[in-house]
Amino acid sequence: MAGSDRAAEARTATARPSAPDAVKILIAGGFGVGKTTMVGSVSEIAPLRTEEPLTAAGLDVDDLAGIEEKRATTVALDFGRITIGRELVLYLFGTPGQQRFWFMWNDLAIGALGAVVLVDVRRPESSFAAIDFFERRGIPFVVGVNGFHGRHPYPAAEIREALALPEHVQVLLCDARERTSSRDVLIALIDQLIDAATGAAAS
Amino acid sequence: MTGGDAGGRLVRPFTLTGGRTRPSRADFTLITTVTAVDPQPVRAARPQPEHLRILRLCARPVAVAEVAARLDLPVSVVVILLSDLLEAGRITARPPHLVTRANPDLDLLQKVRDGLGRL
Repeated sequence: MAGSDRAAEARTATARPSAPDAVKILIAGGFGVGKTTMVGSVSEIAPLRTEEPLTAAGLDVDDLAGIEEKRATTVALDFGRITIGRELVLYLFGTPGQQRFWFMWNDLAIGALGAVVLVDVRRPESSFAAIDFFERRGIPFVVGVNGFHGRHPYPAAEIREALALPEHVQVLLCDARERTSSRDVLIALIDQLIDAATGAAAS
Repeated sequence: MTGGDAGGRLVRPFTLTGGRTRPSRADFTLITTVTAVDPQPVRAARPQPEHLRILRLCARPVAVAEVAARLDLPVSVVVILLSDLLEAGRITARPPHLVTRANPDLDLLQKVRDGLGRL
């Protein structure tokens, strides 16, 4: 009896690999700031893309401005994957950059650990709205300043001031093309989450 | 009175699915992990080609977003097909890890931290 039970167990174990736990982090920022580049540099797979057709039903009335002529408009979502272990997988989602697709951000943000807001040093204002989005919803985020060709003309403190960021939000100079640089930005986010969690437990 | 009619409308759809409610599309988020049941149920209806493609893809656990990307189909369409497969008992769906700000999972965060450190 015991033998057949064990055999059944073994069969179940090999036949149905147990599904891992899944978590996600959003990579946000203005259009063309390097979101997909960052996803690609740390992902274990080439970034995947899903295209969602847009219908009027999914849009607020305001969002229709400018796209009413294009019925076949789609919104693309790029994402990557990092397998943390057999039991845990981290997904990275690049949020759609154009402002008119922001209604998707709400869905994306649900259940996210936090976000990285990428900022282009040449036009930081293109990421203001992303910072506002996460601030207003109380979603933890760090700011990654993506240097043009990896160059950083401004120190982090200056950028923090320009973005009027609260003290607890970290600003990191990074190069989204570099795996270790992108990884360090993600680690900074997780450290910020751990600090907040342990701080909350201590108080 | 419309009471009886309204009641009939409420009941009827459930009889179509043998009393079960159809799996809600809300059961599937982008990072819900789907896995084909092995062995497949014998008595279930013959799956259609798109269903079979999904079943092949999720022979090992895979996220809904990844199924959509690999099939080059919108997530909204894939979710409907996945609902069919879940209803037929051909796949299992595991919801993503519940993340709450009020009660953060330190153990999970530490695992993610360690995993990123190994990259």
